Amino acid sequence: MNASLEQRHSAAQPALKPRPRASFHRTSQWLAILCLLPFAVFFIAFQIAPLVWVAVHSLSVGGDWGLDNFVKVFSSKFYLQAIKHSLQIAFWSSLLGIAIAILGSYSLRQVDSKLRDFVIAFSNMTSNFAGVPLAFAFIILLGFNGALTILLKQIGLIEDFNLYSKTGLIVLYTYFQIPLGVLLLYPAFDALREDWRESAALLGAGTWDFWRHIGLPVLTPALLGTFVILLANALGAYATVYYLTTGNFNVLPIRIAAMVSGDISLNPDMASALAMVLVGLMALITVAHQLLLKRSYHVAR
Amino acid sequence: MSRAETSPASLYHRLVVWLLFAILLLPLAATLLYSLSTSWSATMLPDGLTFKWYLALWSDARFLAAFGQSLLVCLGALLLAVLLILPLLFVVHYHFPKLDGLMNILILLPFAVPPVVSSVGLLQVYGSGPLAMVGTPWILIGCYFTIALPFMYRAITNNLQAINLRDLMDAAHLLGASTWKAALLVVLPNLRKGLMVSLFLSFSFLFGEFVFANLLVGTRYETLQVYLNNMRNSSGHFNSALVISYFFFVLVFTWAANRLNKDKT
Repeated sequence: MNASLEQRHSAAQPALKPRPRASFHRTSQWLAILCLLPFAVFFIAFQIAPLVWVAVHSLSVGGDWGLDNFVKVFSSKFYLQAIKHSLQIAFWSSLLGIAIAILGSYSLRQVDSKLRDFVIAFSNMTSNFAGVPLAFAFIILLGFNGALTILLKQIGLIEDFNLYSKTGLIVLYTYFQIPLGVLLLYPAFDALREDWRESAALLGAGTWDFWRHIGLPVLTPALLGTFVILLANALGAYATVYYLTTGNFNVLPIRIAAMVSGDISLNPDMASALAMVLVGLMALITVAHQLLLKRSYHVAR
Repeated sequence: MSRAETSPASLYHRLVVWLLFAILLLPLAATLLYSLSTSWSATMLPDGLTFKWYLALWSDARFLAAFGQSLLVCLGALLLAVLLILPLLFVVHYHFPKLDGLMNILILLPFAVPPVVSSVGLLQVYGSGPLAMVGTPWILIGCYFTIALPFMYRAITNNLQAINLRDLMDAAHLLGASTWKAALLVVLPNLRKGLMVSLFLSFSFLFGEFVFANLLVGTRYETLQVYLNNMRNSSGHFNSALVISYFFFVLVFTWAANRLNKDKT
C-alpha cells in the first residue's frame, strides 16, 4: 500500500512542476473567457445593439445629425400630452398601488400563517396576470356593460364609469401594481420589529406617534425603492393600454410603437427620440431615488 | 384585557387581507364566470352555465397552433438562457468574481429599457440585411432570453452562494475530477432546485409576453397573446375561455415553483 502511494505520488509529480501548471492555468483562463463569449454575443445582439441604434438614431434627422427630433418632441402639443398622460397614470397608479400594498403587507404580517401564505402565493400568481389578458378581464368587469359597473350603478355609487379614459387606466394600472408592491414590500416589514412597537407603546406613544416617528422613517428606503420600481413599471407598460384602447390612448409607449409598426406614418428616427425620452424619464426617476435615499437618515447606518 | 385589545385589531387585519384577496381575485373570477356562461350582457349575473366555449376553444386549430408556438418559443428561450447563463455564472463566480459587480449592472438593462424601446432598435437592426430575423420566432427567442436573464442570474447566484462553490470545486479537484467534470457532475446537480424554480417562474412570465411578440413578429408566427389580441372582435365568452386556459397554465407553473421553493427550506 505504501508502494502504491509512492507510485501515485511520483506519477503526480510532473503535474506539480511549476511550468506546466502555469500554462494549464492560463489555458483554463482562456477557456473560461471563451465560455463568456456566447453570452456576450447574445446580450450585445439583443440588448445593447438595439439600444445603441435607438440612441444614435434619435439624433438623426433625414441623414443629418442634430437635436431636431427632441426639439420637435418638446414643442409638439401631441407628444407633450403623451408624456403628461404617461407620467400622470404612472404616478397615480404607483401611489394607489403602493398605498394598498402597504396596508396589505402590514396586515399580512399580523394574520395567521395559513391565510398569509395562501394570499401571498395568490398575489405572486396574479403578478403574472397582466397585459392583454388583464385588459380583457377588466373590460368584462368594468367596461360599459361590465358586471361591476352595473352593480355599482344599481347601488348608486357611481353615475358612470369609463374604463377607456385616464381614470379607467389608472384603476387598471393600480391593479397590476398591487401584486408587485406586495412582493417588494412584504419582506421590508422585517425591518420593523414588533418589540419596538411595544416599547413605544410603553413609553406612551400612540399608533400615530409610532408610525410618524418610528415606522415610516425605518421603512422609507424600502418605500422609495418600491415606488420607483412601480413608476418604471407603469411608464413602460404597453400591452394593457394597447389592447384596451386599440392604440388610441395617447401615452408614450403607444406613440413610440405607432411610429415603428403602424400603417400610416413610419418614422423610426422620431420613434427613437421618443424612446430616448422614455429612457431618460426612467433614468431621472432612478437618480432622484438615489438622491432621496442618501437624504433619508436611516440608510446611513 | 389583552384579549379585548387584540381582538378588534386582529379582526381588522384579517379584513384587510381578505379585502386584498378579493380585489386581486375579482377580475379573474369575473372572467371565469364569463367563460362558463351561456350569455351575459347588461345584467349583473349570467343567464346560464355551459362548457361549450372551452370545447370550442380547444378544438380551434388556430388556437392550438398559437398555443404550441408559444410553448416552443418559451421553451427555446429558456433553453438558450440556460445554455448561456450557466457557463457565465460558473465562470464569473469561479474565475472572475470581480465581474459579478459588472453583471449586476448589466442585468438591470432589461428592466430599465422597456420592450417598446428595444423593439424600435430591433426592428431596424434585424429588419433587413444578413441578420433579417424580424417576423421569425428566432428574434423572439433572443429577446426572451434578455427578459429572463436578470431573474435567472439573481436566482442562481443566490443558490451558488449557498453551496460554497470554491470549496466544492476544490474537493472535487482533490478527488481527481477535472474542472469540466466537477462543474457538470458536482456543481450542476447542486443547482438543480434553484434552476428549476427560476425556470418555472421565467416560463410563467414569458408565456404572457406580448410587446415583443406583437411588434416584432405579429401574425407571422402567432403566439397565444397575439392570438388573443387578434381575436378581440370574436365572442367575449370564447376569449374568456382563452384567458382562463392561459392563466391556468401560468398557475400550474407558479404553483410548481412555489412547491419547490418550500421543499428547499
